[in-house]
Amino acid sequence: MMGILADGFVLTAEIFVVTLVGALPLGVLVALARMSKFKPLSLVARLYISVLRGTPLMLQLMAIMFGPYYLFGMQLGSDWKFYACAIGFILNYAAYFGEIYRSGIQSIPRGQYEAAAVLGYTRAQTFMKIVLPQVMKRIMPAMGNEIITLVKDTSLAFVLGIMEMFSAAKALAAREVSMIPYAIAALIYWVFCLVIEMILNRVEKRMAYYHD
Amino acid sequence: MAVVTLEHGKKSFGQTMVLKDISLTVNEGDVLAIIGPSGGGKSTLLRCLTLLETLDAGALSYGDIAVAREEAGRAVYGSKDVLRQAKTRFGLVFQNFNLFPHYTVLKNVIDPLVVVEKMPKAEAEARGRELLAKMGLSGKEDMVPCELSGGQQQRVAIARALAMNPSVLYFDEPTSALDPELTREVLRVIRELAAEHMTMVIVTHEMTFARDVADQIIFMDGGSVVERGVASEVIDRPQHERTKAFLTNYQHG
Ligand SMILES: Nc1ncnc2c1ncn2[C@@H]1O[C@H](COP(=O)(O)OP(=O)(O)O)[C@@H](O)[C@H]1O
Ligand SMILES: [Mg+2]
Repeated sequence: MMGILADGFVLTAEIFVVTLVGALPLGVLVALARMSKFKPLSLVARLYISVLRGTPLMLQLMAIMFGPYYLFGMQLGSDWKFYACAIGFILNYAAYFGEIYRSGIQSIPRGQYEAAAVLGYTRAQTFMKIVLPQVMKRIMPAMGNEIITLVKDTSLAFVLGIMEMFSAAKALAAREVSMIPYAIAALIYWVFCLVIEMILNRVEKRMAYYHD
Repeated sequence: MAVVTLEHGKKSFGQTMVLKDISLTVNEGDVLAIIGPSGGGKSTLLRCLTLLETLDAGALSYGDIAVAREEAGRAVYGSKDVLRQAKTRFGLVFQNFNLFPHYTVLKNVIDPLVVVEKMPKAEAEARGRELLAKMGLSGKEDMVPCELSGGQQQRVAIARALAMNPSVLYFDEPTSALDPELTREVLRVIRELAAEHMTMVIVTHEMTFARDVADQIIFMDGGSVVERGVASEVIDRPQHERTKAFLTNYQHG
């Protein structure tokens, strides 16, 4: 039993890591597009964010999984579900991260940009050295929430038939007619979240040397 | 020699003309105070002089650098390179300091030197420590701005501006965010700079200070220079009705 759950956990962790690796940077593009002075681009970004935050992730996963077949008649191999899963999670989380980045960037007072401009910092230097470090601190709590949510959201991959930890627990529970697999899976999710919370706390502590 | 010259500067926001044909020259070693009621365009003037805003019309130069020249009634700005060069000629001290909160006091002062001027770090540090000492902030180098009083923060901001070795230092109501005691320590530092013949343009509501420290005073109202002259003359014997009314208000308020 533990072996099956452990395999499930590996997949869960993979979905988690792949989503972060894809969505953390993609969110930057989403935020930049959303803040762009070029109206059409910012509108597209708004629509993107609105749709991805306004519809269930489970439905988005299904759409990506089966969309290619129903729309274009494409026959995709059995590996497609893993790609569909990664794409769905990354697109969805990039929308959330993008909004967090944007609100963080827009919360930095104009005076910071002006002080930097008068001192002769270039726009890139201003962003990298003055704005970004302050944004990081400000968005940490919101990012922490999203990352914790992601741990649990990984279980949605079960709708694609991916045997991550939740699916594994479900199968085991049915086979052994027992609640124990669910309980163990719950415990593992919880410990996973605890570890992440600890890491987040440390990062926040490290940024607590100043307040603004 | 003129450090900064503005000729016929005009600036509008939408339909409202905020600067109506302003000219001024500040010579090396001069201290110019700008006084006037709020909304009169004082900050906008400083923001145009420090390139945070662009003039609609007029000519602006820093010594031999022509930042903007007037062409067919419009201000035409020089290339990026010219503007970058011009930016090394002035510093600006803001009303609310605008220190970088995530940097230590020392780093606030030396980071621009290292990043913008490419000065070696050790040299920048020596310069930063010296300036902070001059501002009475020795021992505060490793603190962050939020650990300092407003008066101390403003003195860090002055050190940061001075570190870049500007030809002229602008102040936009440097003490308006401070209570009287902290105001005194900041004004004392500015007086010391004046005694060293630092070229300065100071927007202030501290009339006594303006009279003592400035050579010239400009009284601005409604986007125009209403009166200008020798500091003590303008404060003690204003010629225009609007200047008189403004100063009377201040003496009673
Ligand atoms: N960015 C801006 N957009 C629109 N109006 C502005 C802007 N900045 C200043 N103003 C207006 O310009 C006028 C002069 O403002 P300001 O230069 O701040 O005056 P002062 O510093 O003398 O109080 C005010 O009426 C103000 O509302
Ligand atoms: Mg003002």
